[in-house]
Amino acid sequence: MKAINRRQAFALGGGFVMLTVLPMAADAEVTNDAATWIEKFTGGKKPAKGKISLDLPEIAENGNTVPLSINIESPMTVDSHVKEVMILADGNPNAGVATLSFTPLSGKAEASIRIRLAATQNVVAIAKMSDRSLFSEQKTVKVTIGGCGG
Amino acid sequence: MADKPRIKLPKEAAKGEIIQIKTLVSHVMESGQRKDAQGKTIPRKIINKFACEFNGKPVFACALEPAISANPYIQFDAKIDEAGTFKFAWTDDDGTVITAEEKIALKA
Repeated sequence: MKAINRRQAFALGGGFVMLTVLPMAADAEVTNDAATWIEKFTGGKKPAKGKISLDLPEIAENGNTVPLSINIESPMTVDSHVKEVMILADGNPNAGVATLSFTPLSGKAEASIRIRLAATQNVVAIAKMSDRSLFSEQKTVKVTIGGCGG
Repeated sequence: MADKPRIKLPKEAAKGEIIQIKTLVSHVMESGQRKDAQGKTIPRKIINKFACEFNGKPVFACALEPAISANPYIQFDAKIDEAGTFKFAWTDDDGTVITAEEKIALKA
């Protein structure tokens, strides 16, 4: 058998490093009470994908103020409108961020707020429509400096 | 006492027009997670509720958690069918309510 030369040894080593580091970075673990919040809001029903556009920066340099914009597709009439939208951060000490309540008088189901994020994590939005259907969307935000203070 | 909240909305709108309202209120929004120099937890003090009414009817409301940044900025929309008054209310953890009012007229 041929002995491994220097170049191959480096390639192998690099491969191992990638293998061990990547899976950890890919799924940030849910460490807080996000599941309880979701359960309470949805009543165990599984939300469908779509309708929501959630606008967050991909990388937030300062976790103390991360701009968040949300827009939900809806005619916003008395018969068909968005009732409530829950926003959660699954890596904060407490999952809850805000719960927005809309009415037909809102005209558009659109809002912007600024939130705190403790670390790189997913931000989840779940919308409840007037016909009780549910929609959800989530975005991962990379946070450089955490915003919950130690 | 906190500063007067800042609210930005047009002075007048056409009937049926959807306008954008921007609000900002000065508040520390102390999360209850931070510790002071002695290592004691600084108690939570946030605005936990915001509500906007137009002529007595709810337009938009928002329950806020400690994960909202200091000096909470909230932007939302409202559909104008008649002239009237917007009422805004921010409720603090300690029960105080910061209120504000803005009038809007219909375009002739």
